[in-house]
Amino acid sequence: MYACKEGDKIIMPRNVHRSAINAIILTGAVPVYVNPDVNHQLGIALGMSVAQVEQAIKENPDAKAIMVNNPTYYGICSDLRRITELAHAHGMLVLVDEAHGTHFYFGEGFPVSAMAAGADIASASMHKSGGSLTQSSFLLMGKAINSDYMRQIVNLTQTTSASYLLLSSLDISRKRLALSGREIFAKTVEMAEYAREEINAIGGYYAFSRELINGDSIFDFDVSKLSVHTLPLGLAGIEVYDLLRDEYDIQIEFGDIGNILAYVSVGDRKRDIERLISAMAEIKRRFGKSGAGMLTQEYINPIVAETPRKAFYAEKRSLPLDEAAGNVCTEFVMCYPPGIPILAPGELITPEIIEYIKYAKEKGCQMTGTEDINIERLNVLI
Amino acid sequence: MELWFTERHTPNVKFSIKVDHQLYSGNSEFQRIDVFDSKEFGRFLTLDGYMMLTEKDEFIYHEMITHVPMAVHPDPKNILVIGAGDGGVVRELTRYSSVENIDLVEIDELVVEVCKQYLPTTACRFDDPRVHVYYEDGVKFIRRCTDKYDVIIVDSTDPFGPGEGLFTKEFYGSCFNALHEDGIMVNQHESPFYTEDAAAMQRSHKRIVQSFPISKVYQAHIPTYPSGHWLFGFASKKYHPTNDYSGSKWNMLGIKTKYYNSRLHVGSFALPNYVEELLKDVE
Repeated sequence: MYACKEGDKIIMPRNVHRSAINAIILTGAVPVYVNPDVNHQLGIALGMSVAQVEQAIKENPDAKAIMVNNPTYYGICSDLRRITELAHAHGMLVLVDEAHGTHFYFGEGFPVSAMAAGADIASASMHKSGGSLTQSSFLLMGKAINSDYMRQIVNLTQTTSASYLLLSSLDISRKRLALSGREIFAKTVEMAEYAREEINAIGGYYAFSRELINGDSIFDFDVSKLSVHTLPLGLAGIEVYDLLRDEYDIQIEFGDIGNILAYVSVGDRKRDIERLISAMAEIKRRFGKSGAGMLTQEYINPIVAETPRKAFYAEKRSLPLDEAAGNVCTEFVMCYPPGIPILAPGELITPEIIEYIKYAKEKGCQMTGTEDINIERLNVLI
Repeated sequence: MELWFTERHTPNVKFSIKVDHQLYSGNSEFQRIDVFDSKEFGRFLTLDGYMMLTEKDEFIYHEMITHVPMAVHPDPKNILVIGAGDGGVVRELTRYSSVENIDLVEIDELVVEVCKQYLPTTACRFDDPRVHVYYEDGVKFIRRCTDKYDVIIVDSTDPFGPGEGLFTKEFYGSCFNALHEDGIMVNQHESPFYTEDAAAMQRSHKRIVQSFPISKVYQAHIPTYPSGHWLFGFASKKYHPTNDYSGSKWNMLGIKTKYYNSRLHVGSFALPNYVEELLKDVE
């Protein structure tokens, strides 16, 4: 909202958190989506490739800003330095969703942080890897940003009754990480690396890491993330997630169609990691089957028919899911977590997307965003 | 001077032994280790302040956790022991000439060192050539074993602290996977008496029932453990602990014991009604 006014263009990947598209609905900015590269084996969306960003800039020289999601939930990083150079050369601001990258500022050996890469604004969720209370985050600003105007922007949506509980938890976490962040994250990475090695030794699972790096859409990888591909076992990520919770009393961060993500943190002990690995070995033994017939695609390139704002506020009607194909959706559909929309307001509903939604529901993903909480109907443009 | 060792059995119950003198106190990576001498119970070992064994009553625990599965299995050759750094289970196992291999997995090397030095009563058979000691987390060790052992003995501490992984469903499942098709797992099963211990006992039983086709519980009287009434879990893929048991066959082995005998073997599976109810509640 700092970077764009109504009608201004913003270049962004489509696999963003819903909050980014929410901001576009509020401001009336026009998103120019850069479709992310997809790893077809894992079925996950990757980072932004520099060439695609370059092309988007060329096609939209009037864009005001570029938004980058770095790292992704799975730990994948884009070439933030190059993207920032490109954007700045064309007078565009660089906004980074760094929700999952707070530890880049406090640990050693991690991918480059947004501020170090020269980005203009970054939101770092201290409450994720930083250990503060839920709902507390930092907004980081570079030199080019007018922090007083930013304060006015923040005041547009923020409560005037600040929570001192959250503020003090931010400060305590900041102090702790500033003083001992290096050791804390070294320990976290050691545990994540150990778990990765052991999980890969079980067979069937693929705990992926830096070997995926391709110099572009996977420019770097955050090794503190324990992302595991589960489809070769014939189990969707969400099924492994449910089994870990229901059978083994282990709560992880999320499971989606093909992967799970376990958030390893300073609160974990070696013996907890051993339990996770053993439980995953047991899930393979007790529930593993052939990996055939599993839907693999995590990400479907959307067809944008209308701006999110226009679609969201337009006259609409409600259709049963099965009859919605060919219409333009006016609401979000997403699995939560991770909260990346399958459909955003203004996007065309295709048979492929309907199949995906049904599959995700059947596998037990928790789905949100629609007016109908059971996602049996979708709101579409009249 | 009066020096007493005291363990809290519940927030309202304490158990104390008068200490003659302290022989050892040290901290490992995992826990605090202490060895005392006492007039009444002889030498005793505590971990994080919890009683592990005394010279006077350790035979009850070690005989019952070892001979019950060894007597049911018709031909136990390859044995895995998890925990048991004091050596008591190994001592009993080495009395079987049919046993070919004993793997002992203890997370804490210092426990074994201290026991070798101060508790020769139990730590006396580590030099038997059939015994192989691995210092690692049992949860990790067993994950890599498939169809390997005839008997697994889980001589754990309590379901909190370094041994807590040994009370989880993933661990029991790994044990199932590590046993031959006719394998038996026996575990230290906590006590049914005090409320908190009983809850831990039930949790443990529930997870074993979900992992093994045959899951029974047997008991012994161990004076220095909370309430003195202690249980063991008998989980098996094929053999029933009393129906498939031949006392006369075990008697022919000529193993001399102080607590265990063939009548007591059968009798130890007869449980008080309140214990049966606690178990049935989670089955």
